[in-house]
Amino acid sequence: MHNAASASAYVRLSNVTKKFGDFTAVDAVSLDISRGEIFCLLGGSGSGKTTLLRMLAGFERPSAGQILIDGVDMSAVPPYERPVNMMFQSYALFPHMSVDKNVGFGLEQEGLSRADIRRQVGEMLDIVRMGDYGARKPHQLSGGQRQRVALARALVKRPKLLLLDEPLAALDKKLREHTQFELLNIQQRLGVTFIVVTHDQEEAMTLGQRLGVMDRGRIVQVGTPADIYESPATRFVADFIGSVNMFEGRVSEQGADFVHIECSELGCAVRAERGVRGVRGTTVWTAIRPEKISISREHPPGGADGGENAVRGTVREIAYMGDMSIYLVQIPSGKMLRVTLPNIRRGDERPLAREESVWLSWHGSSPVVLSE
Amino acid sequence: MLRLTRGAGRRMVAGIPLLWLLLLFLVPFIIVFRISFSEVRLAIPPYTPLFAWHHGTPQLQLHWSAYSFLFTDPLYVSSYLYSLKVAAVSTLFCLALGYPMAYAIARAEASWRSLLLMLIVLPFWTSFLLRVYAWIGLLKNNGVINNVLLYLGVIHHPLALLQTDFAVYIGIVYSYLPFMILPLYANLEKHDATLLEAAADLGARPWRAFLAITLPQSFAGIVAGSLLVFIPAVGEYVIPTLLGRTDQLMIGRVLSDEFFENRDWPVASAVAILVLLLLVVPIMLFQRLERRELEVVK
Repeated sequence: MHNAASASAYVRLSNVTKKFGDFTAVDAVSLDISRGEIFCLLGGSGSGKTTLLRMLAGFERPSAGQILIDGVDMSAVPPYERPVNMMFQSYALFPHMSVDKNVGFGLEQEGLSRADIRRQVGEMLDIVRMGDYGARKPHQLSGGQRQRVALARALVKRPKLLLLDEPLAALDKKLREHTQFELLNIQQRLGVTFIVVTHDQEEAMTLGQRLGVMDRGRIVQVGTPADIYESPATRFVADFIGSVNMFEGRVSEQGADFVHIECSELGCAVRAERGVRGVRGTTVWTAIRPEKISISREHPPGGADGGENAVRGTVREIAYMGDMSIYLVQIPSGKMLRVTLPNIRRGDERPLAREESVWLSWHGSSPVVLSE
Repeated sequence: MLRLTRGAGRRMVAGIPLLWLLLLFLVPFIIVFRISFSEVRLAIPPYTPLFAWHHGTPQLQLHWSAYSFLFTDPLYVSSYLYSLKVAAVSTLFCLALGYPMAYAIARAEASWRSLLLMLIVLPFWTSFLLRVYAWIGLLKNNGVINNVLLYLGVIHHPLALLQTDFAVYIGIVYSYLPFMILPLYANLEKHDATLLEAAADLGARPWRAFLAITLPQSFAGIVAGSLLVFIPAVGEYVIPTLLGRTDQLMIGRVLSDEFFENRDWPVASAVAILVLLLLVVPIMLFQRLERRELEVVK
């Protein structure tokens, strides 16, 4: 009884709920994850992402719902019998064992011969480039090295599904980027399905092929990183992923492929041309990403009279970040808009200065109209 | 200026315990050590002086007789061995009972832990002597245990419980169990629960995870608890005297008898010195282990 959908869904959560007393940590989550995929669960603390991961590992039992891995119901399967391994946020390396022993621990539980264990441990340590550190104890390793040992320990049993709890959180910025790509590389080489839990959107975006954004126990949106960034489904998602300028407004006109929104907060009408819904008269929120707004000293061409998608403002703050600059621009209503511009030219002769009066404008495809 | 006062403060912090040890340990030890190399005489004090004046020059008078006497009379060797055996067996029982208790407390909900720990130390609120006496009332022929068993018809004649090895084990295990539990608890409580989850995740069943992760990591606690039970149990005097056999004495009793009954201070001192030597070895071993443990933590 394998239809196409269930054959492609390697991990299937259906209506999984977890309650701790009165508190619902995970609320009726349904999710399909395919074989070989990297799926990122992204959410703030208390969003239920870690509880969901712990249910997949078997450390927590769902209060309701079902978890299927490769078609097998995991409800009654204890963690030590699941075809799943986990990389813990703290790495949870055994402090009294050498790196070799740590990595070999899982194989030892399977009753493999010493020679087999030594060979497989050696291979896996080579993959994570820790081959020379087998005799060390965890406390003799740096953070990045521990992370690699933890990864090797989780992968040495060749799990079909690897759970990673904030895999990069304990690493410094330089090391994170490097490790991120290394993780992807290893994932592709071994063909493992990854489920990554993280609160860091950057980590989620670069690692995940698909993201699931969690809020208060629910998955509010599932999609590719670009889907979620460019077409957030709710205000929460728009706000949580990246930064956004958001305005409350009212739909004043509804066309075939656009809507007009009156925004008193913004002081101009917004014409939104992409992915729009909304019935005339309803209250909606318009979200515009900071990098999709342009700044000019002169009034932008086009749509001049209607005052559509363009508003005056005064630059209040400029943060120079090297590759780009962040401008905080105050509009007549008093609201601050965040605008980012890449620093394309070296040594701009007339850079924007604080307190300068500017025009902000954006293309009709930039605003996202959200109804919830 | 600041450094100077800080240095002075540091010296004082280190100095007070040092002074304490000097006055209350080293000085008495030297006195006892000195007496162990003298001979009995009927005088006050009842032993020969270490230095005697010979033609105006002091001469050292070392006597080995007290030590050689300990090895000629089998009473002493057998008491030593018996004490070691009693202490070792009691320590094992304490460990077997105390480990699960300490483990249970460490794994209990945080709100329960302090209550459970208080229950462990609660017996200390009554006098040690009274508690050992209470065991006489429980164990004697006409005591609570025998009467209950007779009443229930489990036995038809009272069991000889008092003045047996069994009674000594019960007394020592009962009295010293908290000294096993507390260091074990202190150790187990610090264990990282995610390590056990990691072990389970890697395929280890709960008891395998316990043997591979929890047990080796609690080794320092086991050693500390065992020494805290073993060392005082070797020299235990009250429990074997009140509950134990009369035909086989423990070394603490021998020591007290030599001192108070026989008034043989040199032999009593020699016994004390040898007990000390017997115990210094395990203490030093323990300290070496502890140092190794600290290095691992770093």
